[in-house]
Amino acid sequence: MAKSLIELKHITKAFDDNVVLDDFSLLVNENEFITLLGPSGCGKTTTLRIVGGFETPDDGKVYFEGKDITDVPPNKRHINTVFQKYALFPHMNVGQNIAFGLEISGKSSAYIKDKVKYGLKLVNLDGFQNRKIESLSGGQQQRVAMARAIVNEPKVLLLDEPLGALDLKLRQDMEYELIRLKNELGITFIYVTHDQEEALTMSDKVVVMNGGYIQQMGTPEEIYNEPENAFVADFIGDSNIIDGIMIEDRVVKICDTIFPCVDEGFGHNKPVDVVIRPEDLIIGKPGDGKLDGEVIHNVFIGVHYEMEIMAGGFEWLVQNTVSYPVGTKVSLDIIPENIQIMHKPKSKEEEAIDTDV
Amino acid sequence: MYRKLLSMPFIFWIFVGTVIPLAMIAYYGFTDRLGNFTINNIIAIFQPVHAQALGLSLGLALISTAVCFLLAFPLAMILKGSSWGRKGFIVFIFILPMWMNFLLRTMAWQVILEKGGIFNTMLQTMHLPSLNIINTPAAIVLGMVYDFLPFMVLPIYNALMKIDDNIIEAAYDLGATKGRVLKDILLPLSVPGIASGITMVFVPSLTTFVISNILGGGKIYLIGNIIEQEFTTSANWNLGSGLSLIMMVFIVISMAALARLDKSGEGNFI
Repeated sequence: MAKSLIELKHITKAFDDNVVLDDFSLLVNENEFITLLGPSGCGKTTTLRIVGGFETPDDGKVYFEGKDITDVPPNKRHINTVFQKYALFPHMNVGQNIAFGLEISGKSSAYIKDKVKYGLKLVNLDGFQNRKIESLSGGQQQRVAMARAIVNEPKVLLLDEPLGALDLKLRQDMEYELIRLKNELGITFIYVTHDQEEALTMSDKVVVMNGGYIQQMGTPEEIYNEPENAFVADFIGDSNIIDGIMIEDRVVKICDTIFPCVDEGFGHNKPVDVVIRPEDLIIGKPGDGKLDGEVIHNVFIGVHYEMEIMAGGFEWLVQNTVSYPVGTKVSLDIIPENIQIMHKPKSKEEEAIDTDV
Repeated sequence: MYRKLLSMPFIFWIFVGTVIPLAMIAYYGFTDRLGNFTINNIIAIFQPVHAQALGLSLGLALISTAVCFLLAFPLAMILKGSSWGRKGFIVFIFILPMWMNFLLRTMAWQVILEKGGIFNTMLQTMHLPSLNIINTPAAIVLGMVYDFLPFMVLPIYNALMKIDDNIIEAAYDLGATKGRVLKDILLPLSVPGIASGITMVFVPSLTTFVISNILGGGKIYLIGNIIEQEFTTSANWNLGSGLSLIMMVFIVISMAALARLDKSGEGNFI
């Protein structure tokens, strides 16, 4: 059982009349890479700022190693932040930036010198001590910001969309770098992003947020393969979300066709949402599958072809490495394990999604 | 050709407003009344009365600049931290007196500080000893600070506003105390604004003769007063010009020193 490090309990935070977080609770374990994922305005950055001490919750408590730190100012917390816009000190060089926190804690100059070197090595910027901040590229500044936070050996590192301003290639490199750092240093990462790919790649635990509520929390696999509601399914990856009727356990009716599935406990003849990932649809010859249809759209997007197939009165988004030209008559099939059944939204939290999305 | 034509008014303006007067000052400064070349007007600065006036001018200008800075920096900090509405109000309050005539504002201080003036009447009603600061250097410093303070506040405020809040938060995040943030982040990053504010207070303070005339009661001679008198009552344009050139040297030196701090011209306002 992992040791809990940070605990947010019943946090509520509003800016003027706009409630950003409403009775929000979260547990972060030691040496965990946890990602808060959600669209802008979902409260993820506010959560991070509350953990960092830059915002005080209107209600609720923040615990760090069991101690209440709700009212502890940021400079007294063993937490460091990598800001979205890096926030490097423009009047200091790279080395001075990295040394800033160490100098404040009164470390010896030999220790600081070693640590700066070590920090730069960690982020692959050896020999950059004397460079000016303005002479660095975005990716380099980003890594300096990371080194500046890491050399203080914080228990927790907060990262607020640190890769947002980088290009795709650099972002992917940095993703691997972050995973490496986390494994090497054994610190807890709390990472905020709106990019689902970043979240799935790096995290041990993903917290999908919307409208100030947690929509779903779990490993990347759980989030992707078993979304709990339509918002999560829609936000993480592409998906087909269809109305269905749960006839009985393990049997669902979609587009007036009976499909076997693996979900149980939804009751009899209950309307449900059904999620099917586009890569899980099997394309076959007409009559081979459960639904017959016709390809109405086909785009090549790199790894695969993305097609829209009209079948059973629904426009299916289908991904396949084999291309079926527009106009081809095909059939669609799905194996039971790939059919994901979800309750129709009814609770307050889930209603919030419908108005927001 | 067309572009050259467009620049004519400005070239004319610079010529008439800057080049010709400067040339005339230089001419008068290096000649005597008969038009013969001489450096007597320049070395006249070493006469005790002139040297004292220059020394006093430099001293009072330095004090005023320092006082302005000590008042302006905290005020600019308060402005940075204020909400938009309050910010506008405070700036408005500070700009408001600038819409009034400079002479009138200075004369108002004369009335306030006079022996039987408002200030001393107030002290009397509170049974405090009266304070005779009118016609002293202190009154002149007060006048300079009052007149030039906005010129210090605005550039510093501008420089402070350019500092990203994230940078300040990052400093706190790394463990800095408030004092540390002020010393290591806010002050160094507002140096361009401070430099520009110092220039804008120091130079007019050094050259003023109106404030010293009105609040010094004609008894305290700053270098500006001496120059003014040479041009008016003594009608000795040559000496006046010579001393002006000396003062210009001091201004150029101080501007050059400050320009090094404000390399990018960031702190300049308007």
